[in-house]
Amino acid sequence: MPKVTFKTAMVQKLLGKKIPLDKLQERIFMIGSDLDRIDEQEIEVEIFPNRPDMLSEQGFARALSAFMGISPGIRQYAVKKSGEHCTVEKTLKMWPYAVTCIVKGLSLDDEKIRDIIQVQEKLAVTFCRNRKKGGLGIYPLDKIHFPIKFTTMPPDQIKFRPLEADQILNGRQILSRHPTGKKYGHIIEEQKEFPVFIDSQGSVLSMPPIINSHDVGKITESTKDVFLEATGPDLNTLTVAINILATTLADMGGQIYSMEVRYADRKLIIPELSSGEMKVEPEYVNRMLGTELKVHEIKELLQRMGMNYVNGKAVIPAYRADILHPFDIVEDIAIAFGYENFTPVIPKVATIAQQSAMESFKSTLANFLIGLGFVEANTYHLTNAQSLTSRMNTVASYISIDNSVNENFDVVRSWLLPSLMGVLSENTHNELPQKVFEIGRCFTEDSGPESGVRETEKLALVWAGNEVTFTDIKQVFGWICRNLGEDVPVRESLHMSFIPGRAAEARLGGKMLAMMGEIRPEVLESWQLSTPVVALELNVSMIHEHIQNKLR
Amino acid sequence: MDAQNVAETLTLNERKILKALSNPMLIGAIQRATGLQDVEINRAVMWLKNKKVVHVDEQVKDIIVLGKNGELYRKTGLPERRFLQAVQTPGTLQEISDSTKLSSQELQISLGALRQKKAIVAKRKAELEISLTPEGEKLLKQDFPEELFLKKQFPLSLSEISAKELPVLESLKRRKDIVVSSAVKVRNVFLTEFGKRVKSEMKDAQDVLEKLTPQIIKSGSYQGKSFRRYDVEASVPDIFAGKRHFVNQAVSYARQIWLELGFKEMEGPIVSTGFWNFDALFTAQDHPVREMQDTFYLKSPAKGRLPDKKLVASVKAVHEHGGNTGSLGWRYNWSPEEAEKNVLRTHTTVLSAQTLAKLKEWPAKYFSVGKCFRNEALDWSHLFEFNQSEGIVVDKDVNFKHLLGYLKIFFTKMGYPKIRFRPAYFPYTELSLEVDVFHPVQKKWLELGGAGIFRPEVVEPLLGEPVPVLAWGVGFDRVITTYYSITDLRDLYKNDIKKTREARLWLE
Repeated sequence: MPKVTFKTAMVQKLLGKKIPLDKLQERIFMIGSDLDRIDEQEIEVEIFPNRPDMLSEQGFARALSAFMGISPGIRQYAVKKSGEHCTVEKTLKMWPYAVTCIVKGLSLDDEKIRDIIQVQEKLAVTFCRNRKKGGLGIYPLDKIHFPIKFTTMPPDQIKFRPLEADQILNGRQILSRHPTGKKYGHIIEEQKEFPVFIDSQGSVLSMPPIINSHDVGKITESTKDVFLEATGPDLNTLTVAINILATTLADMGGQIYSMEVRYADRKLIIPELSSGEMKVEPEYVNRMLGTELKVHEIKELLQRMGMNYVNGKAVIPAYRADILHPFDIVEDIAIAFGYENFTPVIPKVATIAQQSAMESFKSTLANFLIGLGFVEANTYHLTNAQSLTSRMNTVASYISIDNSVNENFDVVRSWLLPSLMGVLSENTHNELPQKVFEIGRCFTEDSGPESGVRETEKLALVWAGNEVTFTDIKQVFGWICRNLGEDVPVRESLHMSFIPGRAAEARLGGKMLAMMGEIRPEVLESWQLSTPVVALELNVSMIHEHIQNKLR
Repeated sequence: MDAQNVAETLTLNERKILKALSNPMLIGAIQRATGLQDVEINRAVMWLKNKKVVHVDEQVKDIIVLGKNGELYRKTGLPERRFLQAVQTPGTLQEISDSTKLSSQELQISLGALRQKKAIVAKRKAELEISLTPEGEKLLKQDFPEELFLKKQFPLSLSEISAKELPVLESLKRRKDIVVSSAVKVRNVFLTEFGKRVKSEMKDAQDVLEKLTPQIIKSGSYQGKSFRRYDVEASVPDIFAGKRHFVNQAVSYARQIWLELGFKEMEGPIVSTGFWNFDALFTAQDHPVREMQDTFYLKSPAKGRLPDKKLVASVKAVHEHGGNTGSLGWRYNWSPEEAEKNVLRTHTTVLSAQTLAKLKEWPAKYFSVGKCFRNEALDWSHLFEFNQSEGIVVDKDVNFKHLLGYLKIFFTKMGYPKIRFRPAYFPYTELSLEVDVFHPVQKKWLELGGAGIFRPEVVEPLLGEPVPVLAWGVGFDRVITTYYSITDLRDLYKNDIKKTREARLWLE
C-alpha cells in the first residue's frame, strides 16, 4: 500500500480547524487508512489502493473534512474553458490514449511542489501500476505553445534534454542512459516508435510515460500556470488520474481550465468533473448492514464520505476511482456510520459441524503417537534440494519455486524425513534419547490434480539414541498398524538413506506405504549427528484412503 | 513434622548413624562405628541435618596424614631400624646395603639418623666398617620416637600432638612422603535436642518396611509394621513424555472453536493456480500482490489447468466488464495464461472460493485452519509460512453485523474478548475490515487480519446467485507468539526439543 507523508499543520489548515492529535488519529483510522505515525510535524499514513484521491494532502484533507462533518457533501469544482486543444495524431496500439488540461493561478512554494510531486509519483506507482497503466506529466504553461499534438516518432529522431540531464539525448539513449529511462524503459522498449508530446513550435515536451523535457517540463516556485497530461492504455484510469491531479491543484488555489482532446473519431473535453451516479436501494443498504437507516440518514452518511444521495441514487465525485458496484456505496455508508457503532450479532443460522476426515485422522494419529513418547515437530514446507537428496545420500525428484527470495528455501518438500533430520541436527545439544515425529504435506508432480502437483500427507518419525536399533522402529510401525487394524507385512528393501540389511518397506496394494530402518552413518554425518538414528516414513493419505474404503 | 513422624522417615543408614551417634562425633568416627561407606554417611548425614535431627559443625583444620612412604614404613619398619638391626653384625656400607635392600637414599638417611642418635660408629679398616655403640645396643630394645609417632591413629589433628612430639613431626616432615600436613574440613556431628527425641521414637529396624514388594503383599507381613515415611515434598528429577507441538495445539484449539460454532471443515491443496488464488477472488491480473516479489510461483509445473469453461468465462466477464453483477469490472483484457500460473496459496481464501464453486445449498458455514505462503526473506519478524483461520457463512439473510458477531465470538473464545474493527481494503471483499484484539496483559492491540463480505464479483460466478457471503482470513500466529512470549517468529519452527518439552500446554 502506498505510504505518504503529510504535514500535520497543512492538514489542520485545510480542515480549517485545530483538531487534537488523538482525535485526528482515531478519525484517520476509522475513515479507512492505515496510520503509521502522527505527531505535531507529520502524518505518515498508508492509503488503501482503492482511494488514490486521498494520496495528496488536499485530497486527504478533503475526505477527512467531510468525514468529520466539517464540510460534508460533494465538493464542487468550477471548470472554465481554455479554448486550447491537443490533437491525438498517431498512437501506439499499446498506448492509445491521452488526456490534457490546464490549471492557472497557482502560487507554489517548496511544500506545495513536494506534495504535487508526491501525489504524481504515488499515482504512477499504485493507481497506474508503476506507469504500466498510465503516465502523468505536469509542465509550466508559459513554456508551451499551443496547440499541442500527441504522436509517435522513431526513437532516434526524438531529441531533447530529459529532466535533470546535462545534454540532449535521443529516445534510445534516454532508455539506456537516463535513470528514469532505465527504470521504466521496459514499458515501451519493444516499440518501433515512442509516444511524444510536441508543441506548435516543434519542441518535444515529453516522451510518455518515461520522462519530461528539462527545458519545458519542470515546475518551480515561480510557476503560476500548469499544463497537465496523462497517457496510457486505459482511458478510464487516465481520466480519474487527471481529475485527482487537477482537483488537488484547484484545492491549492488554482483554477481549472478544460482542453479539447481531438481524436480521429471523437472529441473529449478534459477534465470531465461532473459527478457520476449509481442507483442504491435503501433496502439493499439495510439488508447488507443489518441496519434500519432512513433515506435522509443514508444521505447524511454519504455526504460524510464526500458524496450525495439524490432520488435513490448515490452521487459520486469524479475523482473517486473505486466505485464499481452499489456494494461499494454500502461500504462507504458503513464507514461513515462508524464500524465501532455496529453491534456484533450472531445470526440464528443452524448448521451441523463436520471435521474434515483427513484433518480428524491426522489429529487422532498425532495424539496416538504422543503415547509412544514422541514429541511433535512443526517444520517448513519449503526446504532445499540438498536436504532432499545429497544430504540423505539419495536421489529424489522435487518441485522448485521459481522466485524464492530465500536461497535455502527454494523447493517444496517431496518427503518428510529430511525435515526431521534437520530437527535432530538442531538439537544435538539437548538430552538423548530424542523421539520426534511430524505429520505434514509433501509435494510431487502428477498430472492428476488441476495444478499438476499431488499433495500427500506423510508421517515421519525419528528416534535418536545410543541404543536404538531396527527393532525399535519396526515395533513402532507394528504398534501403529495394529491400532489402525491393519496387518501390513514388512519386507527387506534397499534405500540409500538406510544401512543395507537394516532397511525395510511395507506395501499396500503394491504401493509403497512406509519405509523404515537405521539411518546410514554417512547420512548422520551430513546432518552433523553422532548418535544412531532409526526412522520411519509413512504415507498417511494412502493408509487413510485404504481405511475409508474398507469402512464404506 | 513431629519427632515421631520424622522417626518414621528415617532410612536404614540414617538409623544406623543415629544409633551409633554419641555426642559429638567426627565423620571418621561414625564411619568406624557403622561400617558405612563415605558417600552413604555423607548423604545420610545431609538428610538428618535437613530433618534437623543433627547439627553439623564444620571446621577447616590442619591435619597430619601418612604419606606413601609413611604407610610403607608402618608395615616394614623405618629404614634406620632395619639398618640398626643389620649392624648388629658390623660390616661395610655395601654389606649392610646387601642385607637390608635399602636404597642408597635410605642408607644415607639411616646413617644420618643413627649417627645423630649416637647409635653407630664407623671405623676405618680396609674399608669403612660400621658397628653399634652401647647406645645403639640399647636402642635395639626400644622404639624410636619416630616409630612411636607413626603408630598413632591417622589422620591426626595438630591439637592431638604434644609439645614433645613436635620436633619428631618436624623431622619426619623433612623426609620424603612420610607424613604430610594438609588443611581439611572436619565435620563434627551433634545430635540436636529434637534429634534426641527422634532417636527415642525410633522403632526397631525390623518393624519398618522400606519397599513394598509382591512378597510382602502376598505374605501379609506388612501387618503390624509401618512403612518408612517419605519426604513427599522433596524435589524429584523431571521426566519428559511425548507432546503435541505448541503451534498445533493452538491450531487444534482454533479448529475446535469453529466446530463448536457449527462450521464444516474445508480442505484443499496448497499449490493452486492463480485462478483460484486470485482471479476467482476478483484480484485483477495487474494487482501488485500477483507480482513476483510477493507470491511464490512454481518453476515446474509452472502452469496448471483451469476449471470448467463456464466458470472461467464468468470470472473473465466480471474482470473485464462486471459480467451480470451490475459491476463495472476492472476493465482490462483478462488473460487465461496468467490465471494458469501455479502459486503456493497466499491465503486460505482459495479454499473458500473452491467451496463456493461446489456449493449447492445454503445456509452453509465453512472453516479451515491452514498454512499460507508469501515470498518474504526470513528474519525475526518475517516468515514465509503462516497460519490462517478462514471462514465463510453463506446465507441470504446474513449481514455486516453477523460478520462482526462471528469474529467477536471466535476471538473471545481464543481468549481475547476485547476486539475492534477498522475499515480496510481487499480486492475481494467490501465492508472490508481489519480485526485487532486487545492483549489484556501487554496492554496493546494486536492486528490479526482481514474480513469482509465477498463482493458480488466473487460470489456470482462461483455460486451463480448473489447471496451474501461473510468471509474472513485471520492470522493467529500473533496470538501464538504472544501466548508463548516468543519474540522471534522463527522460533515457531525451530523445534528446540528442550523448549517444546518445556512450553506449557495451550490453555484458554
